Amino acid sequence: MSLAIDVRHLRFRYGGGPWVLDIPELTLERGERAFLFGPSGSGKTTLLGVLAGVLEADEGSVNVLGRDLASLSGAQRDAFRAEHIGYVFQMFNLIPYLSVLDNIALPARMNAGRRARLDGAGVKETAALLADHLHIGDLLKKPVTELSVGQQQRVAACRALIGAPELIVADEPTSSLDFDRREAFLELLFQECERAGATLVFVSHDRTLEGMFSRTISLPDINKAAL
Amino acid sequence: MLVLDLALKSLRNRAFSTSLTVGSIALSVALLIGVENVRVGMRESFSNTISQTDLIVGAKGGTIQLLLYSVFGMGSPTSNLTWDTYREWAEHPAIEWTIPYGLGDSHRGFRVIGTNEDFYRHYRYRGGQAIALAEGRAGSEVFDVTLGADVASELGYGLGDEVAVTHGIGEVGFLNHDQLPFEVVGILAKTFTPVDRAIYVTLEGIEAIHFGWEDGAPPMPGEEPTPDDVLAMEEIEITQVTSFFVGATNRRDVLRLQREINDYESEPMMAVIPGLALSEMWQGIGYAETGLRVVTIFVVLVGLLGMLVSLYTSLNERRREMAILRAVGAGPYRIIALLVLESVCLAAAGAIAGLALVYVLLSAGQPIVEAQVGLFIPLRPPGSVELLFLGAVVTAGFLMGFVPALKAYRTALHDGLAVRV
Repeated sequence: MSLAIDVRHLRFRYGGGPWVLDIPELTLERGERAFLFGPSGSGKTTLLGVLAGVLEADEGSVNVLGRDLASLSGAQRDAFRAEHIGYVFQMFNLIPYLSVLDNIALPARMNAGRRARLDGAGVKETAALLADHLHIGDLLKKPVTELSVGQQQRVAACRALIGAPELIVADEPTSSLDFDRREAFLELLFQECERAGATLVFVSHDRTLEGMFSRTISLPDINKAAL
Repeated sequence: MLVLDLALKSLRNRAFSTSLTVGSIALSVALLIGVENVRVGMRESFSNTISQTDLIVGAKGGTIQLLLYSVFGMGSPTSNLTWDTYREWAEHPAIEWTIPYGLGDSHRGFRVIGTNEDFYRHYRYRGGQAIALAEGRAGSEVFDVTLGADVASELGYGLGDEVAVTHGIGEVGFLNHDQLPFEVVGILAKTFTPVDRAIYVTLEGIEAIHFGWEDGAPPMPGEEPTPDDVLAMEEIEITQVTSFFVGATNRRDVLRLQREINDYESEPMMAVIPGLALSEMWQGIGYAETGLRVVTIFVVLVGLLGMLVSLYTSLNERRREMAILRAVGAGPYRIIALLVLESVCLAAAGAIAGLALVYVLLSAGQPIVEAQVGLFIPLRPPGSVELLFLGAVVTAGFLMGFVPALKAYRTALHDGLAVRV
């Protein structure tokens, strides 16, 4: 079984600017729950962009789930991300004009691979089931603008999880939640990742959550560009 | 289908700006199609001023000029035809009927036309409608006057009123035939043609006006004929007509008949086919049409530009949305498709709403416009011209959609997943 993430000699910068990422090596086993921390500006979000195939590495190799992203075209990377990666933002995760249900269902409607892994269940049923697991089953018909921040983050988690992608990437999803809610949210997220057998990369600058993860990666330690 | 769904929901989410945009496109499209309809209506009502008349015959001169003074009551005839010539042609075997016209006089700015009962019997306008009397009877005696509908309403004349006729054509003729009072015996129903703005007397009446004018100057004071003089005459001899309308026995003979009249040797005269002359005239006026059309096309472009501005300015608030779409796997082309589709939907909705608006306004306004302006705008299902316009508007919306779409595409590529809110 290949690694979930296998990054070698990665270098990245925006346009002709200074190097933002310079990572000699970063590997992650499948099924791992990794806590990636670093101060603001240390390149966390940029690294996630590279791992998700939204940004293209300037040098080095980026292997995600056994696939060399550099060998894929832009459209192939988009399709790869749609099929294999679930993404949770820090905040404002939801498309404002879609209902809770439509937001959750979006990746499955966007990508046939995600649809195929619904185990024969319909998109709506799967979305409703996930929403139940994350205790937001009663919000499905609501406009997303009426949700609290905590509810929004759970909707975003459902959306990342639908269709069982192998890799869940979460970019400080709990930073806008208070401490009790952070733990509750994380526990639900772990539960669902385990159920789906997904690898989790969780980014935060807040080390109080560190203890809940199986592995901790300090970005400033591995990124030589961040000085 | 997903992208279309997203586009529609996104537009619905911005209902206010969407409806404003659709409204402005609809108004501009309605203007475009409305102007087109009015144009067609104008052209039709113009070419329907006279119908079923095969030839108009007058003294040799300009085609348009003959048409103008005989049909539209504009300009003045250069010379007349003799009564004998007219009678000779009226008896021609290829001619079924004629309407003689004696022109050249006016009453308070309205044309006075001398004619006879053939006018009431044969004159046709707009698809074969005949002249009808709203009140009274058709004039047949020397001092009988029949008024066009507008003349009666604008001058406030009714049956039994006395009318003085001016020799010459002008707003106020200073030489008045005040001494020969004509009496209103009939008022014609409204036709929305120049007939409404004319005063009809008999050919004998026209002759009577001109007694004493034989040398071209007014009669000496004291020598003017009195009504009694005129009535005392056994029979008033008609000496000339200005022009006459011809209905051919057989329409196939019209061209031959026209040539025959044009070649007539005893008197220089000419015949024109009204349909041809009218369309020749319309071509002359056609420049105004083109100008109007160009203006309305620009109005539509302005409407579409409004849409472009509204889509473009919404993009900044939508950067977050674009990043989310990218994160769940939407490629840049889906982002482009989303925005182009939104633009197409707005343009299409505007175009359809505009078309609907035209029909609502036309069906409501048609009777009013006809009564007030005399312009009959036909109400018919959208034809190829309307469909062409709608297609052009939607195509323009499609092309314009690429402006915000490419901007969003570049922003999405640049922003990646890191979104500056």
